[in-house]
Amino acid sequence: MKNKIAKIGIALALAVAVVTTGSVLTSCSDSQAAAGAQFTPQQLADSLYIVLKSDRKVYARDIVTRLKSEGVITPHEEWQANKTLLLPAQMFRRGAEEVDLVPDKPVPFSYSLQSLWPLNYENSMKQTPVVKEGLQHSIDTDGENFYGEETIGDQKYFIGIYPDKAVAAACWECHNDHENRKDDYPEFKQGDVMGGVVIRIPVD
Amino acid sequence: MSLFAASKRPIWIWAGVTLLLAGYLTWVFFAKEDKRELLPGITTDGHHQIEQRCDVCHDSEPVDGLFTSSGVSNKACMECHKQDLELANDSHPVIKFRNPENAIFLEHIKATDCVTCHAEHLEDRTHPMAVTIPPDYCAHCHDVTLEHRETHEGLAFNSCETAGCHNFHDNLSLFESFLSEHLAEPAVLPEPKRELSKAVYRWISAGNERPPSTTPDAPADRIASAPEHVADWASTAHAAAGVNCSDCHGKGAAWQDKPAIESCATCHTLETQDFRKGKHGMRLAVDLSPMEPSMARLPMKPEMAHESLDCTSCHGAHRFDREYAAAEACMQCHDDDHTNNFSASPHFALWNAELNGKAPAGTGVSCATCHLPRETRTDSTSGTKVEVVQHNQNANLHPNEKMYRGVCMNCHGLGFTMDSLADRKLIENNFNGKPEVHVESLDWVREVEERREAHRKKIESSN
Repeated sequence: MKNKIAKIGIALALAVAVVTTGSVLTSCSDSQAAAGAQFTPQQLADSLYIVLKSDRKVYARDIVTRLKSEGVITPHEEWQANKTLLLPAQMFRRGAEEVDLVPDKPVPFSYSLQSLWPLNYENSMKQTPVVKEGLQHSIDTDGENFYGEETIGDQKYFIGIYPDKAVAAACWECHNDHENRKDDYPEFKQGDVMGGVVIRIPVD
Repeated sequence: MSLFAASKRPIWIWAGVTLLLAGYLTWVFFAKEDKRELLPGITTDGHHQIEQRCDVCHDSEPVDGLFTSSGVSNKACMECHKQDLELANDSHPVIKFRNPENAIFLEHIKATDCVTCHAEHLEDRTHPMAVTIPPDYCAHCHDVTLEHRETHEGLAFNSCETAGCHNFHDNLSLFESFLSEHLAEPAVLPEPKRELSKAVYRWISAGNERPPSTTPDAPADRIASAPEHVADWASTAHAAAGVNCSDCHGKGAAWQDKPAIESCATCHTLETQDFRKGKHGMRLAVDLSPMEPSMARLPMKPEMAHESLDCTSCHGAHRFDREYAAAEACMQCHDDDHTNNFSASPHFALWNAELNGKAPAGTGVSCATCHLPRETRTDSTSGTKVEVVQHNQNANLHPNEKMYRGVCMNCHGLGFTMDSLADRKLIENNFNGKPEVHVESLDWVREVEERREAHRKKIESSN
């Protein structure tokens, strides 16, 4: 009887091991699979982008542009000192910083907003060759996504770069009239690709 | 044989002295309350008062049984400095450097650790603001700005902070749109902003309204032995707000002749919290004896050397004279040029006129007007606003640009303010004269505005 129970136990353990191994192999068969995730890094990045883009659109259109056009409140780059709303790009960046603060995320992703015409000059220093390639790709293709991989320090990342288009007047008006803009910066208008959302997911 | 014994003697003496010394240092390390003998170097002005409490800063868990190079965590720094950084809208919080794309910056300066720039016990390497890295640190990440901003062309890499234009943490008054907004202000504003204390209203509005007290509830023997205390109390806002003797001294067997700061903290919570963050109260915050002027590194009057500092040191007991606390209390201990020149300053003339009833309330400028200013604070979670007197007199001292918005600009234009606070001689003589130093920031902003206007016109004409 004991032998029978032992044999059943071993069979169950083997079955669990086979199923588990199969599951991991399936999810990792794509070399870009994120550790422990059931989605590929690209699927995860695409999904994150949908959320980021939607939230950003609502904030820019329904809060910033609407309240400004109704004369209720005008956003300002120095929003704390001026006791007003954050600009849409600042809202996006603050959200990214809050995400960076969350410890032990199931997938330690990060994101940022980048542009080949940065008003904050230091942002250009952060742009890796892959990011520059992706931002240029978005412009050349009028808004196609770009995917790649890069290594920062000892960590390899999947990287997704998504077009950031001018959706609200607050975006292009601020950029076109900013004291930091250089003479060779474009005069943006609605629908232009102004930059890109960069999403990084650690792999391997 | 005798030669051998003689040659051994110095070794035994050396071994004995070594053992004694090791034993003594072990006792200091593990058992002695004051551990200053173990300090590896002179502590900065900001921390010297609490240097015998090593554990307050060196709090990190050991790694593999050993402490890291300093054993000081960000958490230890933030225990005391968090609120200041939040109020200053810290320009370089750790949160900004977590994204992997900042690796290029962190290669140069690990800005995620406070001790990267603020190491301790390194007197020969310590610059103003307790910075212990070379003063060109801004350039590691911001040299691109020096390249692209015409107004910044040719500036030295170490001039960002030293020119009075930028700070690493607090730039509340130094950003371009703020400078632009205050470009053309006169030295003295036509309508100075007046702030009056509202502590008692805050206390009452928190649900503490009581009828005024007219009869003291102290034990009869205490009243009989100190009738002057009762008279002082009866004239105060405490009596008017129904705060009686037992509210501070305790009731019955719990009566204390000299109530501790905790008694004041029952109602003046924010004030006592702030007090413990400044040089006057920081020792109390880490359970050390109260600060005494003899412990200070600034010049103090010798006759006050061993007076303990608590709430009553400045406010006095029973009368709680705010006018005394606002100026005379400071001058009873401080003995530096700035303090000693106050009574000959234009600020004092205004203060004196207010005290003598020759000018409206709130128009005088005392020590407290600048160093313990009235503030409106907003709770970030509830959004509730509170009016409070900042009782950490160090909160706006370093860098002194912190005084622009909350203090000087209540009465003065920005240009005059910037030049005055950059003029060390003018500060020493307590602002008796005009600034002889000029900070160029406003000139550069004018230049940028002119260029922007030209750009706008160019776009309009091309359309």
